[in-house]
Amino acid sequence: MSKNINSMMLKRQSAEKRFRFYGQASLAIALIMLVVIISSMTYRSIPAFTNYGLNLNINLSNENISQDNINYRRLVRDNISLLDSGCDDRKCRKEFLRLFSSGAAYELRDTIENDPSLIGKDFSKFILFSDDADLFYKFGIDNSLPESERRLNDREITWLNGFKELGLVEKRFSTNLFTNGDSREPEIAGVLGAVIGSLLTILITLIISFPIGVLSAIYLESFAPKNKLTDFIEVNINNLAAVPSIVFGLLGLALFINFFGMPRSAPLVGGCVLSLMTLPVIIIATRASLQSVPPSIREAALAVGASEMQVVFQHLLPAALPGILTGTIIGLARAFGESAPLLLIGMVAFVVDIPGSFTDPATALPVQVYLWADSPERAFVAKTSAATLVLIFLLIIINLAAVILRKKYQLKW
Amino acid sequence: MVDGTENDIKPNGNYSSDNNLLIDCKNVDVFYGDKQALYNVSLGINEKEVTSLIGPSGCGKSTFLRCLNRMNDVIDSCSISGNIKINGEDIYNPHIDVVELRSRIGMVFQKPNPFPKSVFDNVAYGPRLHGKITDKDEMHHKVEASLVRAGLWDEIKDRLNEPGTSLSGGQQQRLCIARAIAVDPEIILMDEPCSALDPIATAKIEELIDELKTNYTIVIVTHSMQQAARVSQRTAFFHLGNLIEVGDTENIFRSPENEQTEAYVTGRYG
Repeated sequence: MSKNINSMMLKRQSAEKRFRFYGQASLAIALIMLVVIISSMTYRSIPAFTNYGLNLNINLSNENISQDNINYRRLVRDNISLLDSGCDDRKCRKEFLRLFSSGAAYELRDTIENDPSLIGKDFSKFILFSDDADLFYKFGIDNSLPESERRLNDREITWLNGFKELGLVEKRFSTNLFTNGDSREPEIAGVLGAVIGSLLTILITLIISFPIGVLSAIYLESFAPKNKLTDFIEVNINNLAAVPSIVFGLLGLALFINFFGMPRSAPLVGGCVLSLMTLPVIIIATRASLQSVPPSIREAALAVGASEMQVVFQHLLPAALPGILTGTIIGLARAFGESAPLLLIGMVAFVVDIPGSFTDPATALPVQVYLWADSPERAFVAKTSAATLVLIFLLIIINLAAVILRKKYQLKW
Repeated sequence: MVDGTENDIKPNGNYSSDNNLLIDCKNVDVFYGDKQALYNVSLGINEKEVTSLIGPSGCGKSTFLRCLNRMNDVIDSCSISGNIKINGEDIYNPHIDVVELRSRIGMVFQKPNPFPKSVFDNVAYGPRLHGKITDKDEMHHKVEASLVRAGLWDEIKDRLNEPGTSLSGGQQQRLCIARAIAVDPEIILMDEPCSALDPIATAKIEELIDELKTNYTIVIVTHSMQQAARVSQRTAFFHLGNLIEVGDTENIFRSPENEQTEAYVTGRYG
């Protein structure tokens, strides 16, 4: 008898140990995957955080010009030509110019506009190389390929090596990545436009979906009569939470843009579409956390003479708040990482300017990742990873906010 | 066997008292959906004394108690017929404001259920809710008086800002009583208030009930016959949704008229 029990105990103990091991193993696998993804992203994004360039002497001392009529493009071109290229024909000079970023003119303009006293002086200005030259310094070039199949020809490589030997080449942290909007030129393209676009969109989503979601959940949970209609609504809300996001994009296109005539590509429309998607999530989370409040609290309040509304706002809601906030933030985080519905309402447009309002054309960070991943220039590979990292970083901040809010409003029973 | 007709039940039993009839229930039927929980219950409850409701589990005594402050309204499937009058006023009249009614009838539950707020706020909640007291000093006074009356003041006067949920079980239950009496009700309903407490805490609550009856009418549901015998002046015995017998507590326990009552109170049954 006792032998039987002993062998049973042993079996149970080993089963428990096995189960514990399975749990740890799956956790380890999940962690490893996370580490692999983040570290490969980080590794691939490293080149995007730096740019090569050189300090170019800008001669403005012997020219008699005012700030209004400077041709910055020409100014850059003329000063680049002062470098020793050894060119005597136009094609060669053009090739030489191609080594430098076409954004240099804009940067020079910004510098001079910020400090007009530079006019009439000679000064040196750090200008970026173009993406091909930049990649040459970062990764070198495969010389075994025939010249016609390379991004840089032999003459260009000679120039670039020449700069390096002269000690002109300098590597700097790429602030462009964080201060610029999108661009066709990888070396001046940045994520700021997309980040702002995303934040504006998510703000709209929050403003629309949080109050509507919480109020409908409260109504359904505490006030709605229990009948066929409420059952029907409930089933539909649960279904909506499972509808693929692209369907909401189609709905948004038909409803907000075609019917209501809202502007295309605007964070306003993006936010509306994402709220459609987030609403069911918030409603379900709010109802679940309202349900998890012990009924004894409700009874206690009712027995003291609180009205149904006072019970909800003074007891149920404060107790359910951590759950509601967590659900809302999880819904928002999902919306933040969503790209498919935004593609359909035109937020996939190539937008250079940083959006300043809810109706400006804008793109969102996940869409920016998609756009860059789709770009042919090799330099965008690293940019794509960098933008993904920024996205992940922002999501971590959002989730951290969820944890902090949860801790802060947690009631003790 | 009682067949539940009106003639068999004497609304006030044989009990004669100087006290006035406060709650008068006539022919109360309660249904949960299709299931009938109370059959034609007629029971009178006198002012400023303790009436205990006893009976085996599922006999409908809690259901009856919850009819008195309309807490059954919360349950969707519950329907009530019959007539319950408090001070001659029909409490199921559509013109009755349930919130106002409940402010006159306090309730203490089986499991202590303080709000997850401070001790002070727990007690101050009711008066604040009804706007009875707005002055800060007056509120302090009210909270202190309620806690004193609930026999809790000396133990927790230094812990008024701690959450009510951090107190011990017995203290929590007395806090709930303090919360109930802070709104100055006429009636206090207690639904097995000691079933989650140890004997010492139970004794304290029973003592408290005895003191409270000078100011309040108390209806208590209890599983403990000793408790009913100790604290109540009148006892009503329920069985399977019927009110079997009601009368002076002494009579119920010493010389019950009904066989079932006798079987139950002597512990042969239930």
